[in-house]
Amino acid sequence: MADTVVGADPHADPSRRDFIHIAAAAAAAGAAVGVGWPLIDQMNPAADTLALASIEFDLTKVADGQQVVVKWRGKPLFVRKRTPAEIQKAVATPLSDLRDPQTDAERHKPGKPEWLVLVGTCTHLGCVPTFGGGDYGGWFCPCHGSHYDTSGRIRKGPAPKNLEVPTWDFVSDTKIKVG
Amino acid sequence: MSGPSTYEPKTGIERWLDTRLPIVRFAYDTALNFPTPKNLNYWWTFGGILALMLGIQLVTGIVLAMHYVPHVDHAFASVERIMRDVNYGWLIRYMHANGASMFFLAVYIHMIRNLYYGSYKAPREVLWIIGCLIYLAMMATGFIGYVLPWGQMSFHGAVVITNLFGALPIIGEPITTWLWGGFAVDNPTLNRFFSLHYLLPFVIAGLVALHIWALHVPGNNNPTGVNVKSPADTVPFHPYYTVKDGFAIAVFLLLYGAFVFYNPNALGHADNYIPANPLVTPAHIVPEWYFLPFYAILRAVPDKLGGVLLMFGAIGTLFVLPWLDTSKVRSMRYRPTARLYFFIFVFACLVLGLCGARLPDDPVIGAASGLILFDADINSFVWLSRVATLYFFAYFWIILPVLGLTETPLPQPEGISEPVLSHPATTPAGAAASPEKRG
Amino acid sequence: MLRKAFALAVLGLACVAGPAGAASGHIELRHVDWSFSGPFGKFDTAQLQRGYKVYREVCSACHSMSMLSFRNLGEKGGPFYDAKYPNPNDNPYVKALAADIQVPDIDSETGDAIQRPATPADRFPSPFPNDAAAAASNGGAIPPDLSVIAKARAGGPNYIYSLMTGYVQPPAGLNVLPGMNYNKYFAADLAPFWSGDPKHVPTGGFIAMPPQLAPDKVTFDDGTKSTVEQQAKDVAAFLMWAAEPKMMERKQFGLGAMVYLLIFTVILYFSYRRVWRDVAH
Repeated sequence: MADTVVGADPHADPSRRDFIHIAAAAAAAGAAVGVGWPLIDQMNPAADTLALASIEFDLTKVADGQQVVVKWRGKPLFVRKRTPAEIQKAVATPLSDLRDPQTDAERHKPGKPEWLVLVGTCTHLGCVPTFGGGDYGGWFCPCHGSHYDTSGRIRKGPAPKNLEVPTWDFVSDTKIKVG
Repeated sequence: MSGPSTYEPKTGIERWLDTRLPIVRFAYDTALNFPTPKNLNYWWTFGGILALMLGIQLVTGIVLAMHYVPHVDHAFASVERIMRDVNYGWLIRYMHANGASMFFLAVYIHMIRNLYYGSYKAPREVLWIIGCLIYLAMMATGFIGYVLPWGQMSFHGAVVITNLFGALPIIGEPITTWLWGGFAVDNPTLNRFFSLHYLLPFVIAGLVALHIWALHVPGNNNPTGVNVKSPADTVPFHPYYTVKDGFAIAVFLLLYGAFVFYNPNALGHADNYIPANPLVTPAHIVPEWYFLPFYAILRAVPDKLGGVLLMFGAIGTLFVLPWLDTSKVRSMRYRPTARLYFFIFVFACLVLGLCGARLPDDPVIGAASGLILFDADINSFVWLSRVATLYFFAYFWIILPVLGLTETPLPQPEGISEPVLSHPATTPAGAAASPEKRG
Repeated sequence: MLRKAFALAVLGLACVAGPAGAASGHIELRHVDWSFSGPFGKFDTAQLQRGYKVYREVCSACHSMSMLSFRNLGEKGGPFYDAKYPNPNDNPYVKALAADIQVPDIDSETGDAIQRPATPADRFPSPFPNDAAAAASNGGAIPPDLSVIAKARAGGPNYIYSLMTGYVQPPAGLNVLPGMNYNKYFAADLAPFWSGDPKHVPTGGFIAMPPQLAPDKVTFDDGTKSTVEQQAKDVAAFLMWAAEPKMMERKQFGLGAMVYLLIFTVILYFSYRRVWRDVAH
């Protein structure tokens, strides 16, 4: 093999950085990444878990002023039909009163303010707030005393954020799809 | 040969760590600078391949355990869930199942290398025995692992093998009940098998650490069987053997990949895709291919206890091999008569494997002869198994002990670095005299 | 001398290993050149759709497929995959196919057992509530679940195709058991039921399932002529997909992996030669 550089010492340490050795090491690293990705990705949600990622819900089950709780993605989901008085109270609140400012209009679908769909997990440490309790007529979390108003926004207590509004939409006048 | 450490910490951090936990020194001494004979051929790459396969089985197995459910009502379905719903689950499952076969293929080649080059002989007897223990643990792990998918072969294979213990007089039945955790192979059995299948590979890993330690005391054997005489006979393990093992591993992975991606069920059995049914026995119960020779030995003896004892005796024989082989010469390169018997031994093992896959009463060639001897037709796979089993035991207990005393070996080289090398250095300084005769 | 011995040994093994099939009276299966065979094989989507129809209209009356869900039909590589709906649960065709089928459920208000239209997340329903009911309705034989049947039989889709087209008139001298059907590809030993020449025992066996396919029994939406051969081919291909929905992904990933490994091997070889170039060994 006559591929040595002219004048190079033939007895030099063979692990000096020849291109071929760098290529070999790089290829080995590439193989490790190629094998590593499936091993990491397998812990991501599997197809059957993702299949239950969205649910449909029949709104006729909810009476005026009441809420129904269903399980969605392993967590409670609040579907609440608000009375006009509750809607009015939520709309009238000034944004400066809110720790996590959001207008009521941002939290419901246009034209249908009576329907509120929220993830029923307190944004403090994850307990399930109780319906109707607290000083603002929305929800009250018994664990550490967070008060949510009739739009699900945090008003008093340690929770930092409003109750989460998930991705949802109407599939018909009486049916919604969440997730 | 392990000598004084040659590692010298260069940076401040290295010195700091070296005085507190000399782990870098340990890595240098055992894996990087370790003096290794320079004439090792490709049969010596299978140790590295085996280490890789153990790693692959451990990692894929731990990942599968995140999704597998060890309950009789859910095991089969959980494996199918892995194949269908878990991201890359199909890849991890097929890697694990075919990985077991590749692990055994590599271990058999490794064992053949040891038998041919006399790597089990003094002073490496303990190294060999630890290797036999690793082999035993691998067989237990492989058998238990095959039960977990809870297919027809899983279940009925478990029934057959656990029933073997019932052959032992007096203690046999209580032991079998104890293994089962009940009156038959059922959920308690599956659950404990899962626990043991998770445990044993770590036992294997511990044994491998001892195995490498036991190797590093005398150092590697080499194709001539002649001891290393001076450092001129050796090269540091890195980069010489890291790169050679790396190349051999890449070739091995090509074979592994061919199975995983293009024929992943070739080494398995279709019946294991039928969910286990205790009331229906498959027409033809066969273990995985790597157990076939032992299955043939088991069925060679018409008596149940005799078959069990002979089968375990075959494995037990391996443990005492260093004391059965009386030859002073290590490598069969220089033992032409022993070499011939060795090749016949390998052939006998292949024949045993073939017999294990067939129905015992099937004729070997053409139709049954009608001549019955010891409950079986002469022209049947049972009798072929008997002949091959006889040779298996004769090779270790008669041929090797006698040959060691009677044969005249060929003259061995004085050392590894004689000027009769097959691969001279390409520079003038290492010019060769004449090529060495290789066998 | 050694080479002669080795050659003889290989020849001997071949002689013995060769006639493995002949001894047990197995017939050679019918072979189809499947679109999915070989390292570059792909499932034919139209064939999978026809095969699903055959399963749904003919086989599902007796055979469960409990490891498949409706959403699997809309996954990549499946019969009704639509690239516009990467999440098969949103695929409207899959939703419609599912809604056609009733699945058991519990009424969340009264707790009663009810039947409701399926959603993509539901499993394929089983025709019988349990094994005992399945056996009772089928003369004591339980129709096997078809989820992995293509991997659970030697010969796979070739076997299924052969079996479904293998119902022929039993030869004279064969004593067919009552309630059973003669099929020349079903693996069994017919010697005890054969009163003819003992050297010519017919191949095949008795299967509890009567012939199921008939010309035009299933109308194919794409206009393909609905012969028994076609139905058998399509359902066998569908069953192969059902057993291994990830087959195409496996082969595609495999191509990339094998090419990479080949390049890796070549690079390592040259690296190895370079390292050892200056050492006499």
